[in-house]
Amino acid sequence: MFKDAAEVETAIDAMADRLKTLFAARGIERPLMIGIHTGGVWVAQRLHALIGLRDPLGLLDISFYRDDFTRIGLHPQVRPSHLPEPVDDRHICLVDDVLQSGRTIRAALNVLFDYGRPASVLLAILADRDGRELPIEPNVTGLKAELAPGEQIKLTGPEPLVLERGQTPKERRRSAAPGGQGEASD
Amino acid sequence: MAVADPQLDADGNLKHFLTVEGLGRGLLTEILDRSEGFLGVVQQAVKKVPLCRGKIVANLFFENSTRTRTTFELAAKRLSADVLNLNIGTSATAKGETLLDTLRNLEAMHVDMFVVRHADSGAAHFIAAHAAPHVSVINAGDGRHSHPTQGMLDMFTIRRHKGAFEPLVVAIVGDVLHSRVARSQIAALNRLGTGEVRVIAPRTLIPSRAEEALGVRVFHDLRDGVRDADVIILLRLQRERMDGGFLPSEHEYFHLFGLTEKRLASAKPDAIVMHPGPINRGVEMDSRVADGERSVILEQVSNGLAVRMAVMSMCIGTQNLAANAGVHEGGHG
Repeated sequence: MFKDAAEVETAIDAMADRLKTLFAARGIERPLMIGIHTGGVWVAQRLHALIGLRDPLGLLDISFYRDDFTRIGLHPQVRPSHLPEPVDDRHICLVDDVLQSGRTIRAALNVLFDYGRPASVLLAILADRDGRELPIEPNVTGLKAELAPGEQIKLTGPEPLVLERGQTPKERRRSAAPGGQGEASD
Repeated sequence: MAVADPQLDADGNLKHFLTVEGLGRGLLTEILDRSEGFLGVVQQAVKKVPLCRGKIVANLFFENSTRTRTTFELAAKRLSADVLNLNIGTSATAKGETLLDTLRNLEAMHVDMFVVRHADSGAAHFIAAHAAPHVSVINAGDGRHSHPTQGMLDMFTIRRHKGAFEPLVVAIVGDVLHSRVARSQIAALNRLGTGEVRVIAPRTLIPSRAEEALGVRVFHDLRDGVRDADVIILLRLQRERMDGGFLPSEHEYFHLFGLTEKRLASAKPDAIVMHPGPINRGVEMDSRVADGERSVILEQVSNGLAVRMAVMSMCIGTQNLAANAGVHEGGHG
């Protein structure tokens, strides 16, 4: 285990406080929160309740926008995206569990812009780690994950939320089972 | 071990989609699950996903079908592929070029996928067997044999309305003898574990020994056949069958086998009515049924796009895997 349920919940509480401060500082009265499947949705559900947002939570699946389809084929599980509110001219708060290379967030931004033209996009991440391959940085972070090279973490949930030390991405893909876990390196 | 299915690669991934027969329940379920994901694409302002960007899909229609060609074209375009529509009957083959020469020419243009419709059974298999290894083939209907994407879009529509297949009674009404759609539907329904599959038709339009050969219950009376059915699928009555002595007249067919509100009453109260289109109103069914609340005919059209996107992206994905075999996998974090 990397962080137990209590540590994860503490980190999410801290994220909620920082997000409230950030929304106030930017004059954002009615942000639209969108979680990235699967782990990001679990974190976003907590944040959405803690902050008490009025608009329903949006769910985003990035499988069709991944940059590795040409290399590894279709992702084993695609969950429908569901954006209950139009994103045009809205301030979006995008939520994911782990930020590593930044490729998932690149894909998520592309999905978002195929739905419309947001006024702004903020990024909230539960666990930020090394390994960035794109110029993407979170606005709000729950915790900073110090990991050995090659080490993976993944969020398991939805209840309780625990950050586990994970397998390598290749092993994970083969053993991908419905439900149980988020995507470690995303 | 069974003989390798020409539709699958060595790891069991879908490479061509030629027929439902021979595919496992797991793979059919995977097609349905993936199709769910593609349904949402129409909610986007930009109704496209970049999965097959840079790929070229050629529609090879040896038999005319504007509707089927259009749905394949739209599905490919929603995947961001480029689409060539070749009306083979009026082009190269008419000038004496052989089919294989036509294929070689298209392959030289780096086409990645052929969508094939042909009047001869087995045409898509033939093309798949002779196409270059990097090319996938999707059967858009071959003779009386198979129309697998239509079969799977019907399964998808049934599952969205009814959930599990096990408790269902599904009745297929019409020209089962000549219908590639019925063949694909029956194969998929049985493979997915449907409780009871019935076919209802005049004796002239049902293959001999259908019960054993197809795994169905045969009825010759519509009202008996649809009793307590959960799903009623009407097949299109092809007008050319009128000349072959199979049926006396359209009027006679409607009188005995046309679905009316009254006949529908013996099915389950929440039964759905399906039809692959185009409908002959007043032949296969009464207009009130076609436009009624049980009809899911237009939903089938929308679902067809999602299912075709799923099948096309699965085949292209398999080709991508093959092209990158041995290349180190990069992460996506």
